[in-house]
This record gives sequence, C-alpha cells and structure tokens, in this order.
Amino acid sequence: MKKLILILSFMLPVVALANEGLHLDHAPIDVANTASLQRGAKVFVNYCLTCHSAASMRYNRLHDIGLSDDQIKANLLFAGEKVGDTMTTAMNKKEAKVWLGASPPDLSVIARARGADWLYTYLRGFYRDDTRPTGWNNTAFDKVGMPHVLWQLQGEQHLNEQAGGEHEAIPVLTLAKPGTLSPAEYDLLVADLVNYLVFMGEPAKPQRMQLGVFVLLFLTLFFVVALCLKKEFWKDIH
Amino acid sequence: MNKYLTSLLGWVDARFPLTANWKAHLSEYYAPKNFNFWYYFGSLALLVLVIQIVTGIFLTMHYKPDAELAFASVEYIMRDVTGGWLIRYMHSTGASMFFVVVYLHMFRSLLYGSHRNPRELIWLFGVAIFLCLMGEAFFGYLLPWGQMSYWGAQVIVNLFSSIPFIGPDVSVWLRGDYTISDATLNRFFAFHVIALPLVLLGLVVAHILALHEVGSNNPDGIEIKKNKDPVTHIPLDGIPFHPYYTVKDIVGVSVFLMVFSAIVFFAPEMGGYFLEANNFIPANPMVTPPHIAPVWYFTPYYSILRAVPPMFGSQFPGVIAMGASVVVFALLPWLDRSPVKSIRYRGCKYKAWLTAFVTSFLILGYLGTVPSTVWGQFGVGVPVLGGADCATVAARILMAVYFLFFILMPVYTKSDKTKPVPERVTGK
Repeated sequence: MKKLILILSFMLPVVALANEGLHLDHAPIDVANTASLQRGAKVFVNYCLTCHSAASMRYNRLHDIGLSDDQIKANLLFAGEKVGDTMTTAMNKKEAKVWLGASPPDLSVIARARGADWLYTYLRGFYRDDTRPTGWNNTAFDKVGMPHVLWQLQGEQHLNEQAGGEHEAIPVLTLAKPGTLSPAEYDLLVADLVNYLVFMGEPAKPQRMQLGVFVLLFLTLFFVVALCLKKEFWKDIH
Repeated sequence: MNKYLTSLLGWVDARFPLTANWKAHLSEYYAPKNFNFWYYFGSLALLVLVIQIVTGIFLTMHYKPDAELAFASVEYIMRDVTGGWLIRYMHSTGASMFFVVVYLHMFRSLLYGSHRNPRELIWLFGVAIFLCLMGEAFFGYLLPWGQMSYWGAQVIVNLFSSIPFIGPDVSVWLRGDYTISDATLNRFFAFHVIALPLVLLGLVVAHILALHEVGSNNPDGIEIKKNKDPVTHIPLDGIPFHPYYTVKDIVGVSVFLMVFSAIVFFAPEMGGYFLEANNFIPANPMVTPPHIAPVWYFTPYYSILRAVPPMFGSQFPGVIAMGASVVVFALLPWLDRSPVKSIRYRGCKYKAWLTAFVTSFLILGYLGTVPSTVWGQFGVGVPVLGGADCATVAARILMAVYFLFFILMPVYTKSDKTKPVPERVTGK
C-alpha cells in the first residue's frame, strides 16, 4: 500500500497540463533534421526578425545546425550585423505598440513558453477578419495584434464556424485565395519554422541528451562498484 | 611519509579537536544496524543542499538581479556560459528534488516515531529547516523573473495584506514597493543567496548535533543505548557510522543521482512541474496569466488556502489555515501519545489515519496544480452543494482529514491497540 502511494506520488508529474479547450494540430518536427532547421532559420530571419527579436540567440550559434560563418554572412545577415551578434530587431518597441496594439514579443524561448503544437497551429490559423485593424485574426489567438506576415505564401483563409460539440467548437478554415505555395508546401514551411523555433528555445538540448547518456552509464557503473563495496563491508553485520 | 602525517595530525589535534570530532560524529558514532530504505533521505538531503549551494554560487556569477536584465541573464547562462545550462538545470531540478527528499525524510518520522522523546528538539530543528526551505524556494522562484515568478510572488505577498489592520503596510514593507518590482527582486535575491542559506546551514548543524547527542532512532523504534556491551559500553545493536553507513549511503547516493541526472538531462521541465511553461514568458505586470499555480511542492498548502472561503470579507482565515497546515507539524512530538514509536508495533487506528493523511496530502497537492473547476460542478438538483465546484468541496473534506490527523492524534494513538515491542532490534 505504502509502496503504491510512493509510486503514485512519483507519477504525479506525468499528468498532462490542463488543455484550455483549444484544438492543437500536431507539429511534424524533427530537431535532428538540420536541412529543415536551416530552411526554418532562413524563414525566421526573412519574415519574423523584421519585427520580433531573439535577443538571447547569437547568429553564430547556427553553427549547431551546420551553417558556417560564411554561409551565415551570405544568407542571413543583411544590415551589417556581425556573426557574433544576437538577433535583435530595428523596430522600436514603443512605436510597435502604437502600430499593432502590442509590442512583438522576443522569440528566443517562445517555443518553450507556447509549445511546438501551438506555434504550428497558430502560424497556420490566420484568417481574414475585416473587423480587426490589421484585417487578420487567428483561430489560436483571438484578436491577435500580428498581421498575417506569410499571407503571400499561404493565401487568404476564411473562417467557417463549425458546430463541434457543446464544449469544443472546432473552427474550420477554408482557403479563399491561394498563395504562391500549395497548402502542403505551406505546412512544410511552417513545420520548418517551428522546428527552428524549438531548436532556438534550447540550443544546448542535443548536447544535454548526449551528455546524459554518458552520465547515466557512468552512474550505473559507479552504482555496481558502490554496491560491491557496501556488501564487502557489511558481510559481517547480522 | 606516514610518520610525518601522524605527527601532523598530532600537531593539529593539540590545537583543534579533529580526531575527537571524527570519532564523535563518524567512526565512533554508533547507529542502529537495522536502517532500511527510509533512512537514506537524511544524507540525500545533505547532498542536495551541497548541490544547491555549489550550483547557486556559479549561478550568482552570471545572474543579474535587475528587473530589466534578470530574465535575459538566465537565458545568457543557458546559452553563452560554458556548462551554464547544466548548472541551471541542476539548480532548478535540485529545488524540486530537495522537497521530494525532505518530504520522504519527514514521512519516515511518521512511520517510525523519530520525532518522539528524546528526539523532540531534532524534530523542531527539522521543522525550522522545512520552513526555511520553503522561504528559500519562494524567494528563489522570483529570480528568473518570468510570468509565474512574478505572479506567484504577487499572490503570496498579497496574502500578507489580508492580515487585519497592519496587513497592507506589511506587504508594502516586504515588497519595498506597491507592486512586485525591481526593489522586490533585489531584496529577494539577497534573502535567497545569503540570508536564508546562512540560517539553513546553522539549522542543519543544530539538527545533526542534536541527533548525534541522543542517537538515531530505527525502524523498530527502540533505544539501542539501553543495551550496551558491559565492557566497551558500545550499543549491542549499534555499528560505527563510518565505514558502515558511509558506504551504504554512497549506494543510495548513486541511485539518487541516477534519478536526478535522468531529470536534468532528459526532462528538466518535468512536464511543466519543475519548470513551468509560463515562466518562459518575461514578467509582465500588465498581463495576469489565466491560471496561477505555485510549483508542485507548495500545492497541498495552496489547496488549503483556496479551500477556505473568505469570511467577513477577508481572505485571512484561509491564510491562517495555510500557515497552520505547515506549523502544526511542530506539535507532533506532543500530540502522539502512543506507548510505542514504530508503525510496526502500532495498531490499525494509526495506520488508517496515516494512510488517510498521506492520501489527502497527495490529492490536495494535485488539486493545487489545477483550476478549482477541474472536476466540474455539482448538478443543480444536489441539495446544499448544487452548483458548487466538486474540487472545492473535495479539497474542504481533505483539508478536514489533514487537520483531524493532528487534532485527534492524542485520542487515537492512546486508544490504539499496540503490539509488544522486542528488547533488541529485529531485521530490516
């Protein structure tokens, strides 16, 4: 009985966080896929970095996803930044607040705050809404201040409120005007971007996992030695 | 070489009681030979304390206690400081594991009556350590300056403003401002890195000195000092702490470190329980998060706070109940009237109450992590409870069980049917 309580108390953290009633699409990402991360980095620098900063992220950390200094300079630096600089933005926070209603948040750890699935749903959830100042609204973030920056790629979506159950009305979006990418291509682009955001949230993660394996192997060995030592000392105690 | 070392030791011993202390606390400190699983957590708590102090020192080298810089400085540690991510995750995991270990250490006392005569003072020092640890965790949690840091501190400091008459002034005095701000962050940093650690270390020394004065309890709850060898005066059931328990504790340490490392390296967020997702959003005084929950180790008490309804337009009764739920532990040595110490020789009443207490503690802990609407409401047709939140009603019942465990303890421990206690310690 007591053992059961003990086991249960260790399992408590496994209980998932409360869902706030929003249906999230599963983000098909793979942080080991460097090609995807590189494509994502390019989308990030081209589209997101205009307004959002990632002030904790240095350009040269992109070495971790297989880019050399020269590649970073040639493809990702446009305004005379140095490769050792952090990803800042020229946009003034106060002005941004006047233009958009809220200053764009820093994206360094956004994937850790929001989760990959939320970001994947959000970036594919923009639809036309003429009641909003920007003309755009979002299924994952109602009355969002951000306009649909990727609209030329995705095209224009319209919202058809679909009556789901009593608890969860699942919004259905239809593509009214196609963009330059097909829906499948757009989903892939967003997946690459989300993949990159997840990488950027914790660049040390691959190193952490790798080191962890060695630490656990060492500790297993250490445990065996410690146990033998204990048994040797204790053999006379009855 | 050996000759020189011996003479050096003699030189030191003539000036400082080195050998005497080594003997008194390690090589000639006799501990009962029948310690079981539950006796690992004292030395493990000491290990976690050392981990927290050492990683904490390295964190202060890079952390900036400034509302403008704090959040970014933590990310700087995570990215630009060599090994910084490891130090930070060890510290954040250490905070939670400290409570895991201490809760199990306290549960051991409830099992074997380790708080009973003559160990009341050890227990009181222990309760003081627990309070200190709670303060340490609370102050430390503000430092990353995320949304949960900010609003958690806001909620807790606001509790003080519910104290009648002096409350509002007290909370301003604590914050150093009218809201949680840079001034608050700076003083919480001072409390976290120097004030409370000093108190904590002092209390730990007192805890161990008091323990070594009276000797350790054991799973049988009998005093090994009652049966001494007539010639050597060494307890017959005692073995020297060093080397027997040092080598045994090293085994415990290696198992603990495996669990600890598994979390640090593979699940440092522990599903949002050790590091909350909302705390990766920088503190924003203008945006209140939809659901503010403390870190898991505070949730049983937070549940009790929420379960008490406001009375006379004041939250103060809830605050009193929450405070009482922690402080009441200090009374245990005097509430327990059983003639035996160990659960092995107690009757079914104590066992039933202890099970009820632990169950209510765990469920209250769970309820503290979720909104009180989690289990829905009672239907309108249900008399008296119609429309009330199921979780709130459950929390009130569990809170009653929690307190009755203590309040009724003198009655049920005294009337419980106990078994005869053996003269000498038995197996494990």
